Amino acid sequence: MLVSGAALLLACASFIAYDLVSFRQATIYNLSIQAQIAGSNAVSALLFDDQSSAEKTLSALQVSPNIISAGILALDGKPFAAYSRDNSGRTPELPRLATGQSETYRFSGGTVVLVRSIVFQGKSTGTIYIQSGLEALYSRLRLYAGISAIVLAVSLLVALLISPIFQREIAGPIVQLAEIAQLVSRDKNYSVRAAPADSCDEVSVLVGAFNGMLSQIQERERALQKAHDELEQRVQERTTELDNTNKELEAFSYSVSHDLRAPLRAIDGFSQALLEDYSEKLDSSGQDHLQRVRLAAQRMSSLIDDLLNLSRVTRSEMRREKLDLSAVVRSIAEELQRGTPSRKVTFVIADGLKVEGDSRLLRVAIENLLGNAWKYTSSHDSARIEFGLHQPNGRPAYFIRDDGAGFDPLYSNRLFGAFQRLHSMAEFPGTGIGLATVQRIIRRHGGDIWAEGAVEKGATFYFTL
Amino acid sequence: MDDNVILLVEDNPDDEALTLRALKKNNIVNQVVVARDGSEALDYMFGRGNYSDRDASRLPQVILLDLKLPKIDGLEVLRQLRSDQRTKLAPVVILTSSNEEQDRFKGYDLGANSYVRKPVDFNQFIEAVRQLGLYWLVFNERPPVGRR
Repeated sequence: MLVSGAALLLACASFIAYDLVSFRQATIYNLSIQAQIAGSNAVSALLFDDQSSAEKTLSALQVSPNIISAGILALDGKPFAAYSRDNSGRTPELPRLATGQSETYRFSGGTVVLVRSIVFQGKSTGTIYIQSGLEALYSRLRLYAGISAIVLAVSLLVALLISPIFQREIAGPIVQLAEIAQLVSRDKNYSVRAAPADSCDEVSVLVGAFNGMLSQIQERERALQKAHDELEQRVQERTTELDNTNKELEAFSYSVSHDLRAPLRAIDGFSQALLEDYSEKLDSSGQDHLQRVRLAAQRMSSLIDDLLNLSRVTRSEMRREKLDLSAVVRSIAEELQRGTPSRKVTFVIADGLKVEGDSRLLRVAIENLLGNAWKYTSSHDSARIEFGLHQPNGRPAYFIRDDGAGFDPLYSNRLFGAFQRLHSMAEFPGTGIGLATVQRIIRRHGGDIWAEGAVEKGATFYFTL
Repeated sequence: MDDNVILLVEDNPDDEALTLRALKKNNIVNQVVVARDGSEALDYMFGRGNYSDRDASRLPQVILLDLKLPKIDGLEVLRQLRSDQRTKLAPVVILTSSNEEQDRFKGYDLGANSYVRKPVDFNQFIEAVRQLGLYWLVFNERPPVGRR
């Protein structure tokens, strides 16, 4: 509204201004013509010094209603004849004619004065001036101003009346669309829709497309949510399954832990009772049998313990935390030395090797590895057990090395099998589950374990985490 | 007489025989009362049922409690003993095959004084009983009687 009003105003103003300028020009032109006519009529009066004739000529100007006064000046500038409408005899102030200038005019005080030199046969014979009022100009100005004001008012009124209609038809739906778009993006509520437009024009097309888009988004949202829910449910089901399996495994271990041991106790106990109470009745062979029975029962008990440990390692929750591996190795080494203080073993432990992993499980792994190193060096007088970091190219690996009995690399693939042993029970005790346990622990940490060794030249176990 | 009783709560007759043998081997001559399930143990301790003529305020010197028992299991027996004023202070040693962490936790949580695992090796068992006997029957000071 403001814009159209301003434009209209500008247009009217420029028209009026142009018109006024051209009207002014026309007025001057008219005056000039009248001055020329009157001047040439008064030539003879000037030449023959006929004042009354000149005045008669001038008084003809009274036909023109705007002319206030007119006058003729002689060559010397003295007034020769004059005419004034109101007979007051006043002469206006006249602009001077510059040399060579035949005509000039001046606007002042609501009138315009035109001065023209009278020329007869190429020679200047006098000057004529005409003073005209500007009422015509002013009344024209007033008229035009009035007309344009009315036009402006009417058109603004009409615009005022029409604009609500346009608003409703065009701007309205668009604003509503914008509001809904904002609402949707803020609240993420895709179920709102824009009200459909009645008209069958571009606006309704826009609204239709917008609604279509919202429907699509809503559909996608729904499908996404459904997929998400399905996934959640599946995860839930799997987790329950896993929990159940774990619980079953726990119940199994528990029952093993309890129920398998009791009969073993009886076997061992009563064999011992036999040995003690009936030793006179038993020869050495008989006693030997009973001893074997006892040993077998005890061995079965260790096997059960080891199996349970192995399964516990697999089942238990892993908790990753920062751990000083060097410290763990050191503490286990000290424990081993305390257990058999008579043994001469040198420990070379690299300091400050920090890793991330489950502290309990890693401790079990180190116990097994160091325990093995301790055990398999027991046949030597002195031993050297090392722990450190081995970094040949890029991938760092920790190692535990001993200089004990070692193993035949031919059988290295059996090292980590459960209950697999490369030595007889007579040489070194054990169930053969230690390395299998270590491997499982290392694997659970995402690492790998391998070994190098030679018979009687010790063994080195490398592992990554 | 009653004050030096060892209450052995054990359902397995083999284990019972072996425990008695181990006690004998260690020259422990206290009277041993054997309860073969949880409810029998509670009957004895509270002086009811078959033991209704027993004075419940006289606590045995130590109770050797197995966990896996028919009818009422060991942990439940322990819980009931600990929740009764009369038997709250009785020394209880859990003697069981299980080394499961949850059993140990529950045992201590319910107020057992000690938790000992029964070894399979009989010689070790004898040694364990010797140590238990030495500690609970000789060194350990009994809780005072008759306090409410």
